[in-house]
Amino acid sequence: MSDSKAIFLKDATVNAADGDQRAFIRKALGGYYLNRDLQKARYRDWERARDAASMAKWSAVNDLANVLEKFVGNFERNGGVVHWARDAAEARAIILRIAEDSKAKAIVKSKCMTSEEIHLNDALEKAGYGVVESDLGEFIQQLRGEAPYHFVFPCMHVKREAISELFTKHLGTAPTDSPEELTMIARRHLRQLYVDADIGITGANFLVAETGQISITENEGNARLTAALPRIHIALSGIEKVVNHLDDLSVLLPMLATAGAGQPMTCYNTLYSGPRKKGECDGPEQFHLVLLDNARTRLLADPEQRDALHCIRCGACLNVCACTDACPVRIDLHHHLLHNRRNAAKESPTLFDRVFHHGFNFVIKRPWLFATGGRIFRATLPLLQKLPVPYMRAWMKTRDLPKAPARSFRDQWKNENV
Amino acid sequence: VRVSLFVPCFVDQLTPQVGLATAKVLKRLGHEVEFRSEQTCCGQPSFNSGQWDVAREAAIRALGVFRGAEVVVGPSGSCVAMMRQFYPELLKGTPHAAEADDLASRTFEFSEFLVKKLGVTDVGAKFAKKVTYHDGCHALRELRLKEEPRQLLRAVKGLELIESEEGETCCGFGGLFSAKFPMISTAMVQVKGGALARTGADYVVSSDPSCLLQVGGWLSREGKPILPLHIAEVLAHDA
Repeated sequence: MSDSKAIFLKDATVNAADGDQRAFIRKALGGYYLNRDLQKARYRDWERARDAASMAKWSAVNDLANVLEKFVGNFERNGGVVHWARDAAEARAIILRIAEDSKAKAIVKSKCMTSEEIHLNDALEKAGYGVVESDLGEFIQQLRGEAPYHFVFPCMHVKREAISELFTKHLGTAPTDSPEELTMIARRHLRQLYVDADIGITGANFLVAETGQISITENEGNARLTAALPRIHIALSGIEKVVNHLDDLSVLLPMLATAGAGQPMTCYNTLYSGPRKKGECDGPEQFHLVLLDNARTRLLADPEQRDALHCIRCGACLNVCACTDACPVRIDLHHHLLHNRRNAAKESPTLFDRVFHHGFNFVIKRPWLFATGGRIFRATLPLLQKLPVPYMRAWMKTRDLPKAPARSFRDQWKNENV
Repeated sequence: VRVSLFVPCFVDQLTPQVGLATAKVLKRLGHEVEFRSEQTCCGQPSFNSGQWDVAREAAIRALGVFRGAEVVVGPSGSCVAMMRQFYPELLKGTPHAAEADDLASRTFEFSEFLVKKLGVTDVGAKFAKKVTYHDGCHALRELRLKEEPRQLLRAVKGLELIESEEGETCCGFGGLFSAKFPMISTAMVQVKGGALARTGADYVVSSDPSCLLQVGGWLSREGKPILPLHIAEVLAHDA
């Protein structure tokens, strides 16, 4: 068994059995469902908005090389510096080099899921930099020493009391159960850190090709401070975040807010157009953009799953049982699950599965064997339920089986229709 | 219409009454019903497990079984979706592609066949019970059936239809998934089954007998006073 599979099975067993935690998450999501549906209802036609959003992403992704080139040209004209990273290691090396060249010490970050993808914090901390997450949820997760739980709501699983305890332990503040007070504690703590930081690292929600701007949408204003106060701004983005036109944001931004958080719009929507220019009184001296491939071009080459690059990271599919209907940009999620399983079975077949399915196939190709096997199965079902038969036992642990009928459908049909 | 029954393998072996009820309703409406006994399983377990080469063999076999049938009707959204949506995908680019498309165009889920193909909503059934309806994922999301089974149920004399809070939520069955990941599958049926039980209905009705195995199995284990019943069984009730 692979490590990730073992971890998954262990976590699934623990979390599925934790009724309190599940009820807590369900309650939080209940509020999300309500707001999401309220906001969806405010669209004149949500389905057509989905079409438009999907089309905006499709037209950029299907012409990715050209659109990216156009974006980069405009971004550089605005005074930014572009770095291409083939994989996570290259992206980390680029960011470390910028930090070293600029003799930076302190780094502040706003929410950037791509930095989780490349395990950036680990690399920066190992190299001796102080790194602080400035998004409230991410800040809490960083103090807890955990990766974000969800990419829109990083600490949605953590209860208020636990956050208070965490702040008391790490920041020495007095316990409180007021969300406002907890927010103020983090805010007071973070303010000076923006001022002290040499580098601000952000993600990017969209890269606008026609203007060379980076769009960042957020609720807390921390990304603005992260991008504006330190003398160097580094944005890290996957190459698939590019869109053709500024106008595309008119559907993508509200859609991201609605599908992601049940909001009509996120509170702060900013377009970043390069470093401080001559005569401007603020903004970073340097503005770097790291464009990450990390297997995205491999995905692009796969016509079956290419549409996964349309993802706008709203996280809507994490909040429900993932299916295509959940995705605002119509990524064919549930069919990709089937395709992934097929690919996985082909790449690393498990002996058990091969034997099981070939055996099953041997039986179903022979109706007489299927009928006989069925008869034996039904006759021995009461006994089978008591024996440690692998799949049967897993089923029987929480569920009953119907009482096996004496005669199958085919037997009854034969008697009635002779 | 001459209807060829497509009886899912586990219905054949575990809940034959569903197949019999399907035939009964169709016959009552004046249709001829046949059952081709060479049929076994449509191959969905292998398909869902990623074993497409194995599933392809089952699909090719099924094409032969149902060759020449006027229409194929099955009392399962999930097995019908396999035949209708996934056979063409499995057999795309093979010499069987055209026949797979052809079979797909002649294959219907039971409630869909009645409402969309025959234009019937009142099949003359009586069933004076409170029922709640569970949408199976394949029927809802692959076959896009939501109103059809409800139209049929509303036309049943004496029947009271109560919607549950989690009508469209997945029951967590997913075939082998329910046994390979029993903890997740159980967590899902706890959400679904709990909502179904809270409706106070006598029966949970679905067009998918596989979902009914899952919710019925859990409800029974938990001792909840609500029983699983296939929509064909409801529609077959005439006394």
